[in-house]
Formats: sequence, C-alpha cells, structure tokens
Amino acid sequence: MTGKLGLDPALVARARELARRAGQPVVDLARSHTTVSVERAVLRLAGVSGADPDGIPWVNRLVDAVVADVGLGRGVALPVFDALAREGIADVTLLAQKAAAGSVRFDQPAGKAATAARRSSRRAVAAGIRQIDRRRAERDRLVKRFGDPKQRPWIYLIVATGDIYEDIPQAQAAARAGADVIAVIRSTGQSLLDYVPEGATREGFAGTYATQENFRLMRAALDESSRELGRYVRLTNYASGLCMPEMATLAGLERLDMMLNDSMYGILFRDINPIRTFVDQRFSRQVHARAGIIINTGEDNYLTTADAVDEAHTVTVSQLLNEFFAHEAGLADRLLGLGHAFEINPDVPESLRLELAHALLARELFPDAPLKWMPPTKHMTGDVFRGNLLDGFFNLVGAMTGQGILLVGMMTEAVVTPWLSDRDIALQNVRYVLGAAGGLHEDFVPASGGFIQQRAHRVLGEAVELLERIGEQSLLTAIAEGTFGIMKRPADRGKGLDGVARHADDYFNPATEILERQP
Amino acid sequence: MSERKTVVRPYGDTTGDGMVQVSFTLPVPHDKRAEGAAVQLANRMGMDPAMLVHAKPIGDGFTFFVVYGRVNHLVDLDQVQVVERDFPLLSAKEVNAVVKQKMRRKLSVVGACIGTDAHTVGIDAILNVKGIAGEKGLEYYRELKVSNLGAQVSVPELVEAARQEKADAVLVSQVVTQRDAHLHNTREMSAAFREAMPAGKRPLLIVGGPRFDETMTGELGVDRIFGRGTTPGEVASYLVHALITSRKASS
Repeated sequence: MTGKLGLDPALVARARELARRAGQPVVDLARSHTTVSVERAVLRLAGVSGADPDGIPWVNRLVDAVVADVGLGRGVALPVFDALAREGIADVTLLAQKAAAGSVRFDQPAGKAATAARRSSRRAVAAGIRQIDRRRAERDRLVKRFGDPKQRPWIYLIVATGDIYEDIPQAQAAARAGADVIAVIRSTGQSLLDYVPEGATREGFAGTYATQENFRLMRAALDESSRELGRYVRLTNYASGLCMPEMATLAGLERLDMMLNDSMYGILFRDINPIRTFVDQRFSRQVHARAGIIINTGEDNYLTTADAVDEAHTVTVSQLLNEFFAHEAGLADRLLGLGHAFEINPDVPESLRLELAHALLARELFPDAPLKWMPPTKHMTGDVFRGNLLDGFFNLVGAMTGQGILLVGMMTEAVVTPWLSDRDIALQNVRYVLGAAGGLHEDFVPASGGFIQQRAHRVLGEAVELLERIGEQSLLTAIAEGTFGIMKRPADRGKGLDGVARHADDYFNPATEILERQP
Repeated sequence: MSERKTVVRPYGDTTGDGMVQVSFTLPVPHDKRAEGAAVQLANRMGMDPAMLVHAKPIGDGFTFFVVYGRVNHLVDLDQVQVVERDFPLLSAKEVNAVVKQKMRRKLSVVGACIGTDAHTVGIDAILNVKGIAGEKGLEYYRELKVSNLGAQVSVPELVEAARQEKADAVLVSQVVTQRDAHLHNTREMSAAFREAMPAGKRPLLIVGGPRFDETMTGELGVDRIFGRGTTPGEVASYLVHALITSRKASS
C-alpha cells in the first residue's frame, strides 16, 4: 500500500504488464510496416521542402513518383538517392520537381549503387536530425535563460482564429496575461489531409492550418514574448491525423515544445486505418523523443463520447497503453503529458469527489509524468455563469491533485470561440484558484478507506479487467470490436490504408536507423 | 386579473422595473473617458439610467465593462414571430430509441462530397464522431450505420454505394461554388437517383453547404437542404422525422 490512495503496487504492476502485453503486437506491426507519411518525413529530414503551384508539397510528389515506379515496401530513401546520383544533382527538392514533371525514373539500386545511395541518404537525413538536435539544445538554453513558469500546473491556453497573423498578437496577449503554453488549434479536418499545407495561411475552418511556416512565425513571436516576460513560453500543435510523422518532424525542426499525439485518437474519432495510425504514431514519437517534445495524449476525447463515470476506466487503460507506446518509442516520463478530463455530469451526486478520485488516480499511477488536465466541455450549456463556477471547481481539482498542465476552460465553451474578455475571465479564475489553493495538494490526503480511495480502487480494478479482456483478443481486435469510445474500427478499413506497406526484406530507412541508435 | 399580459418589460426585482445587465469590451485603455464611453453605449442601447458597476483593463488597450440599467423598451408578446423548425430536435439518446423501436434495424446513411469538391469539412463535421462545436457526429449514434465515402466521389459511385448499403438517406456536402458547381452537382445527383431507383425505393436525398438556399429543394430535386451552422443533432433529428415519425403519422 503506497501513496495517497493506498493502491496495491502488485495490481499497478499487473496493469502495466497487461498494457505491455496488449501493446507489443501493435509495436511489432509498426516495426514491420511503413507508410507514405513516414517516407515523406524521411525526405523532409533529408531536405525536401516547398510545394508545387497547386499547393501539393514536393515531398508528396516525390514519394508518389517513387511508389509508382518501385513501390513503397523497401522505403523511398534508396531509390531517391540513387536517382540523385544518376541525375548528377545535389538538391533533393530539385529532384522532386523533375520527378513531378515525369523526367526521372526510379529504380531499386543494387550492389555499389545501393551502398552509395545508403551512404548519401544517411548523410542527408543525419543533417536534418542534427538540425532537430540544435533546436532542442536551443530550447534548453532559452529555458535556462528565461526560466520555467513559477507555478505548477503550467497554464495552457488555446488560440485559433484561422489567420496566423491574427493568432500572433492574440497568443502574445495571452502570454502576457499569464499563459505558459500556447496551443494553436488546427483547422477542422486537417487530420484528414494526406499532405501538410505550405506557407503562412490566413484562412481556416475554426482553426489555423499547421504548416512549417506558421510554426516558425509563432515560435519567433513567442520567443519575443519569453524575452519580454522573463519566462519561456511554450508552443503546442497537433501530430494527429494522416501526417503524424511529418508534423512531428516539422515540430522538431521549428522547436515546438509540445504536440498532441495520441495512440488511438485518429482511429477512433477520425476513422483513420488502425495500422496506418500505429505505424505513423511510433515514428512520430521517436522524432518527438529526439526533439525533447512533450506529447499530450487525448483521453479527454473518450469522455466526451462516453459517460465519464461508467467509462472512467477506459481513460486509465488508454493512459497505460499510451505510456507503453511512448516508452517503447523512447519518450521519457517527463515528456508524457497523459490526458484526462473533468467531464462528469455536475448533476451526478458527489461529482466533485469522483473527479478528485479519478484525477488523483492518474497522478498516483504516473508520478513522473506532467499530466494534462482538460476542462469541462460536455456539460457546458451556454449558461456562462454556471460554466465559470464549473471551471473554478475544475481548476481546484487540478491544484489539489498536482496536475502538470492545465488547459484553461472557457465559460463560453459551446457558445462562441473565446472572446478577449472570456479569456481574461478564465485566466482570472485560474489565477484565483492557484493563488488561493496552489499548494493544497500537499495537505490533501483522502481518508483511508473513504469514498475517494474506494472509487480510485474500483476504477483501477475495472481497468485491469478491461486490459485482461484485451489481452485475450489483441488490441487490434478490441479496437475492431468497439471497445474504446464505442466505435468499431477494423484493421482492414479506414482512411489512409492505401498508404501502408509491409516492409520488404531489404526495407531501408536511414531516419529510423539513427533514431533507434542510442544517443 | 387572470388575463395574460401581452406587453412586458425585463424584471429585476420589481414588476416593471425594466432592469437588464450587459457586459462588453471596448477597444480603449481604461480611464475616466473609457467609463464614460461605456455609459454612453449603454444609453444608446436604451439603458437609462445606466450604472457602470465594473470596469477592468484587459490586454493592451482594451477594457471590459459590466453595466446594469433600466431599459425603456417594451415587448409585445402578440407581435413575437418565431420561425418554427418543422421537426422536433431530439437528443442522441432519443434518436437511437426511436430508430430502435420503430425501425427495428439500423438506419443506414451514406455520405460523400461529390464532383471535384475535395472539401470534406462539412460532411466530416456531420458524420465523424468528432463532430462539430461539441456535438458528436452521426457515427456516434448507435442506431445509425454511417458510411462516409469522403471526397471527389462520382455520382455513379454514390448511387452504387447507396444501393449496396441499402441507404435510407444520402448526405452530400458541397462547399465549392465556382460557376454554381454545387447546384449543377446536386441536380446531377438527384437526377441519377431518380433514374436508378423507383420513387418508393429512393433514399432520402439531403445536401448541405454554406452557400445553398434552403428553400430550393424542389428545384434541385432533393428532400432537404441544410445551410451554414447546421449541427449533426439537427440532421439526425430530421432523419428520424422524415423517415420514421412523419411517415408513421401519415400512414
């Protein structure tokens, strides 16, 4: 019996072991497949950039051309670098342009040509990864110079106008008003684009497109704010959807600090093919690990579709799976922003005590992870006065249970995209609670055998039961049969399946090679 | 005195006091002049007297105000006109219950963006579990079987998919409107369904998009048009109304 909840260490260990057992076949699957997005990420690391006049990135044109000639199963690095040598050009983007015009043919090189292509592709990709390393070192320097936020949890605020040039002053104003982390929410439906748009963008649907240029602009603006405010202001975007590996790569190259990255979100909520998702997820997390980026997982989403009391254990199960996949991809505990949310119906008796039990359970199960605590959305009705009270209780639970990252809830959730005044009122709410009760987690120890302890034990018990059931049938089957978030997602269906290939015996990926080598 | 009042004023704590409360932000730094400006705005909104109870600087060059005051406007209840939705709005639970009880099978929905339109934002917002504005999409409804064909689906493909899935309803989203592409595509689609299936066997045809005129159903040959801001719940409620409740009532 340990910690504030008196959890049984043997049961906790069993939960982790079951998560490992459920996750391992998925890892094996990820290790034996590639996707078009993984290959595009490799070429982005090797220096392909820009887009054609229709806005289709050159990296897409190049991968499509290679796949048309030699297929995907052996990786695109060798055919690309072999063609580069044959054409006698040094610039991969130029090769992509020629390939798009149909003036280059790709072959799978053999013998000496293969050895040369292997060497030159490793060199090119290593240069991209060195750039990520430099950006990571730069972050470390800036954090040292400007400092981390004084308080925990870090205050996380969303900005999203659709126009990056509107987002920038809003983000800077939010930082000045106390935000430690700025998330630029993406345009609706970007998850389902099988390419990353290019350039600075000024139009989006309920969000701003994630592009390399938008990343760069916002990071530069927040560096300015960090200097002004004397604390390092972090930037967040999304590695979800069909382009997880590329988003992760661009985030590493532009020194983003956190990325939304969930192991199952795309499958369950966007109907993306499960294999595609798991392969993309593993590569993207390897890149995040290298870049020192904190991932934020999406367990809050389960609770917006399913009941937050009845399905509380599915959050725990997903957290354990996300932890297993993240560790396997090389992410340390301090980079695991495992998600959970304050989504119990406020009309349920003792709802606050239930929330405390669930939040503390996550805290105790993952003591070294900077947990991401998500505000109420499902039971925000448009009654902004009640909403502000609910957000206050959400903030209080965050303070009492020592959460790492607190996404600021808006009383106008479900009414409008937050106004300037909404954000100000929301931050005032957070400041009041953290100012008045920021250290309460030190004193808050639930009574032994009381309501909160019992509830936490029960949720952990149900999580172990569910993991046992998954273990009997494999995670892919569980997903196919609708175990999570009620959606049935078979492994041979869903978007992006045609961009998946099993590795041939001679599959070669210089990026994975470098990322899996111990630094 | 049992007669219903038809002319009313807002109620604070006394009948007829006309008291209201508003909050707003002005793009000016907080000073005496800003407070005066807030009172002036309140006066122009019909609040007299207006009491400025709270003023607080937010961000750079903005001030947030809360104002209480008496409005002199009256509301005549007899003159109130409301555009009624012609079907009741149901919760996901209610939709599922009606389908389960009355249909005794899953209600099959096929969705797509047709023509060259690659903007799946609309159809995804309505169909994906993720949904829009905090409302889950139709995939979330247990009693609906949803098949989302995605973007750039040809009309023959759509008809074939509708046949295979035994679609009760076909949802088409059209965002691109250059040269009235959305209207042409929709007419082509409805004509193809008329040709391929006899009247009683045709699925309900629904189109949606930001630039449609909701009154053009007859002209476009569809059963319903949804415009900007439509939520999945409205579409689901309409499906239940059109396919189940109104049919039962008329048969």
